[in-house]
Amino acid sequence: MTEILVEARGLTKRFDDFTAVDAIDFDIRKGEAFGFLGPNGAGKTSTMKMITTVSPITEGKMTVFGLDPTTQGRSIRQRIGVVPQEDNLDLELTVAENLYIYGRYHDMKKADIMPRIEELLDFAQLTERKDSEVEPLSGGMKRRLTIARALINDPDLIILDEPTTGLDPQARHLLWDRLYRLKRDGATLIITTHYMDEAEQLCDRLVVMDQGKIVAEGSPRELIEQYAPREVLELRFDDEHNDDAVIKMDGVAPRSEVLADRVLLYTDDADDTQRALHERGIHPEQVLVRRSTLEDVFLRLTGRRLID
Amino acid sequence: MTTVSRSLRFAESEVIAYRRTWRGTVITSFVNPVLFLAAMGAGLGSLVDAGGGNLGIPYLVFVASGLMAATAMQNGAGDGSFPVMAGVIWRKNFHGTITTPLGPADIILGRLIWGVARLVFVLCVFAVIAVLFGAMELGPALLAIPPAVLTGIAFTTVITAWTLTQKDGTSLSTLFRFAIVPLFLFSGTFFPISQLPDFLQPVAYITPLFHGVELVRKIALPGANASIVTGLPIWASLLYLIVMTAIGIYLSVRLLDRKLRP
Repeated sequence: MTEILVEARGLTKRFDDFTAVDAIDFDIRKGEAFGFLGPNGAGKTSTMKMITTVSPITEGKMTVFGLDPTTQGRSIRQRIGVVPQEDNLDLELTVAENLYIYGRYHDMKKADIMPRIEELLDFAQLTERKDSEVEPLSGGMKRRLTIARALINDPDLIILDEPTTGLDPQARHLLWDRLYRLKRDGATLIITTHYMDEAEQLCDRLVVMDQGKIVAEGSPRELIEQYAPREVLELRFDDEHNDDAVIKMDGVAPRSEVLADRVLLYTDDADDTQRALHERGIHPEQVLVRRSTLEDVFLRLTGRRLID
Repeated sequence: MTTVSRSLRFAESEVIAYRRTWRGTVITSFVNPVLFLAAMGAGLGSLVDAGGGNLGIPYLVFVASGLMAATAMQNGAGDGSFPVMAGVIWRKNFHGTITTPLGPADIILGRLIWGVARLVFVLCVFAVIAVLFGAMELGPALLAIPPAVLTGIAFTTVITAWTLTQKDGTSLSTLFRFAIVPLFLFSGTFFPISQLPDFLQPVAYITPLFHGVELVRKIALPGANASIVTGLPIWASLLYLIVMTAIGIYLSVRLLDRKLRP
């Protein structure tokens, strides 16, 4: 059986009367990429902060590497790498110095840190910026440096809180590629995200969080199969015909969602459904057929979209 | 790692950063003492002395010891305010630090270690400049460095705690305008507090810079008479500043823990 690195039972975080994390259970296994998918405010960051031992647990139990975060936080932090949601690089230091001081914080010797810095700069594609200041780096470079910094101590567990939020598509893809390499090399990753494509790309297993609770759990494929039929028809109408069409298409597909700007029909066979629409005399302005995604799972589970 | 070695690791990062930022601190640390000693000590002092001041010593000699304590205060206060606001609110690098084996107490103690080192350096420079101005004897000037350092870190630690209660940087300039500057002017730096109106004298006794100035002056000017220092025993001022530092450290650690580990 695979070793469990993080085990949580009834994990709860409350701030005064607000419950950020509401009695959640999860197990994170060695070598997997585990995701927490949910909209902003779902409790993902609070959960990460409890795992990284920088936020005290209000209630429930959790172990990380079998250790207790409340009393053995330092030993846990010695073995993890943390990529926070907001960059908190030291802007007074150069790229290499940012890595160096974290090596020192992890009690590494200078002779061990130096070759490690070269390796990580290469991994993060920042070798040419080694001695430059951090401030002028692009958002993507800062993120990659933050990831490199999290890897300085060769962590057994890497925690990434919304690693690509705010990056342009090209920077995101480069970052995904780096994370994918870590995963391939056997690292255990915990990733929070509100991007379903990120979760689909990177996560072996994930939980969907909403309002502090876990509402579903499984691999991306399992979740999609369980909660959403195979295909989605996205229909757009001009304004006048929207309501009419919604009434007329009742029952044409196993499930439908009416959004502000379009109607989603969930179906196992898009061609069949399209034919049925045609027979009922429904003629949308625009039709898009796509496969179901985690976004659809989320919509199904919560009635809301991930990013509003 | 022990608390001390963890704190040293944090101090080390401050040293690395300082190699990059020292230019910005040169003015406050080195040029200001020269300017103040020249303007207040030599310039204003010639008027004071010609006017038959009853200090019993040249005004330059009197004011140099006060300025030494005040320099420590200003450096200490600066170190306790803006870098702390940066670490917690502006740049947030303290939030990253505590995801490593270091904790909030290590940050506070590491900054303290670094603060002491920087104060020793700044005050050595001050002492040498004062000696060059003829305002101090070398021996007493060097002996006055430790009490001046204590004055500085008393301010660093208490102002660190205060800064941690603030939401943004706007209050920091208020602190300097309404606390540091009045202390600078009325704590015995430029004139003995016996010159203050009677009702203000007890107020001076409760302010920290007064104790710093008293300590530094008594040590830098051995045999200083009652016209320039009070009869307060040295240990009382020492105790005041040590207790202030201890309270400052205790509150800083607690408040930083609360800020970084909600």
